[in-house]
Amino acid sequence: MTETTLNASAATALKPARNSIFSHAKYVIAENPVTGLAFALFALIALAALIGPYIVPHDPLASDTAASLKPPTFAHWFGTDQLGRDIFSRVVVATRLDFIIALASVALVFVAGGFAGIAAGFFGGWTDRIVGRISDTIMAFPLFVLAMGIVAALGNTVTNIVIATAIINFPLYVRVARAEANVRRDAGFVQAARLSGNGDFRILLMHILPNIMPIMMVQISLTMGYAILNAAGLSFIGLGVKPPTPEWGIMVAEGAANIISGEWWIALFPGAALMIAVFCFNLLGDGLRDLVDPQRRT
Amino acid sequence: MLATLGKRLVTVIPTLIGVVIVTFLLTRVLPGDPAVYFAGPAATPQSIADIRKSLGLDRPLPEQFARYVNDLAHGNLGNSLSTGRPVATEITSRLPASAELTLLGLTLSLVIALPLGILAAVKQGSWIDHTCRIVATAGVSLPVFFTGLLLVYVFYFQLGWSPAPIGRLDAFATAPPQITGFYLLDSLFTGNFETFRAAFSQLILPALTLGIFSLAPITRMTRASMLAVLASDFVRTARASGLDNRTVILTYAFRNAMLPVVTTLGMVFSFLLGANVLVEKVFAWPGIGSYAVEALLQSDFAPVQGFVLTMAVLYVALNLLIDMLYGVIDPRVRLEG
Repeated sequence: MTETTLNASAATALKPARNSIFSHAKYVIAENPVTGLAFALFALIALAALIGPYIVPHDPLASDTAASLKPPTFAHWFGTDQLGRDIFSRVVVATRLDFIIALASVALVFVAGGFAGIAAGFFGGWTDRIVGRISDTIMAFPLFVLAMGIVAALGNTVTNIVIATAIINFPLYVRVARAEANVRRDAGFVQAARLSGNGDFRILLMHILPNIMPIMMVQISLTMGYAILNAAGLSFIGLGVKPPTPEWGIMVAEGAANIISGEWWIALFPGAALMIAVFCFNLLGDGLRDLVDPQRRT
Repeated sequence: MLATLGKRLVTVIPTLIGVVIVTFLLTRVLPGDPAVYFAGPAATPQSIADIRKSLGLDRPLPEQFARYVNDLAHGNLGNSLSTGRPVATEITSRLPASAELTLLGLTLSLVIALPLGILAAVKQGSWIDHTCRIVATAGVSLPVFFTGLLLVYVFYFQLGWSPAPIGRLDAFATAPPQITGFYLLDSLFTGNFETFRAAFSQLILPALTLGIFSLAPITRMTRASMLAVLASDFVRTARASGLDNRTVILTYAFRNAMLPVVTTLGMVFSFLLGANVLVEKVFAWPGIGSYAVEALLQSDFAPVQGFVLTMAVLYVALNLLIDMLYGVIDPRVRLEG
């Protein structure tokens, strides 16, 4: 009996906190309805990536030369390409690959760049100097050009596109993680943790990392869009993804030749999908930043 | 000023060393045998071994690096496999095409972005401000190759205003004699207005594509920085002293607001040089970007390596220029130096 009352009172005590997060989220979304739109778009993209291949009306690889280069009709919503493949199906199926490339590269750079940045900010000294020198050297290159060079050197595969995209984003993650870790280096909770006998690495992983997670999440969302753009740009110039695999960048490249003879739909729809995905992640990043870091709200 | 320049030049040296090391490492240390790359797809074990020896790949790494640096110092970037021509010659002859495109793109973008950003900050909340916000958000989401194709569709196919995207000049025009390598300037210097018109009509769409691409960051930064400056004390004082609006905004606020914008230009250049490659591909522009892409697809590594190095050195030089510009705009930076 007493236990339940205790639990109940604990629940009521917790409730306002939970409520305030939700009401804050609601407030931010109400103030900027575009963020709501971005969340809806994100849900749509995630859905297409998850179940897209199972619900599309046509096989994305099946060619039908009798129906090639047809403008959008009821049977083919986005028209057909030079081999008679259904563009709608290809655009939807491509979502998964583009999404995975972006997600994998962002996850990779989050771990590598995030950890290097935290270590640089926390330890300072030589760690800081070495990590700083590495990111400075990466930043000395125009980033897309460096990505081209890396893919050329490592070999022309999708995995290497992921690695190249992660490398060019490395300095961004290092900068954010380093600044945030540096601020917290001598914070009270870190000193308390050290006093209770935690080692440096334990403090890094268990005390500092969780505290900078919100900011890092914003960074992830902001760089997702850039990662998608970068990967699509690389496959547009013929790196990584090989035809006939459906991927937005390569589909735009396939449609490029047809633009000058007026078949706009081949390049337009994958290009628009790409644009919407990037737009969605940029808005999402801005929205998340408003939630997490109200001071930087524009 | 000269002392500042000297000091800044010294800080460039470690960056350049880093750049050279990375371009060297790209071929030598990463998985994959450079001899196989250089030998091409039709290589036999014997020819690969020969190439390894002739490239000096059987030597220890530090010695290879010394050779690479020595070659660079003599302006030797190796030879292209497919054409057999020296990479350095090819890049020098193609560089003006890329530079003309990028510079015109940046100029177009500045001409639109600066007034738009200033107006958005001065008339905060007006329709100009909203336009500015849309430009800034939509602009960063547009894949640059997609913008290029859209422009080609609208202005070439639908409206017929611009010529086909087939390079710097159409088949009927002849290139102007080389003075600067920029067709627009060369044709003006020689008074050949027909060629100027032809070159301009080919150049405007790709340049506009690059311009639209760099519009977003410049507009955004101009607006934000103008807003901050307009709220500062010295602007209030200038207004209180009865200076007219125009003087306050252009002479007092704008000059101070320029500093963060100039800093942003460094980032913009990084994006522009990368976007340049994609735009050159879309418009069949005979610049160094399309040269690198062609070589990439044939696994011809020397041109790619030369291209990455050239771009990086250019980018370092541009950043140096931006720092100098900083000193020109803000006397305090000069004094500190």
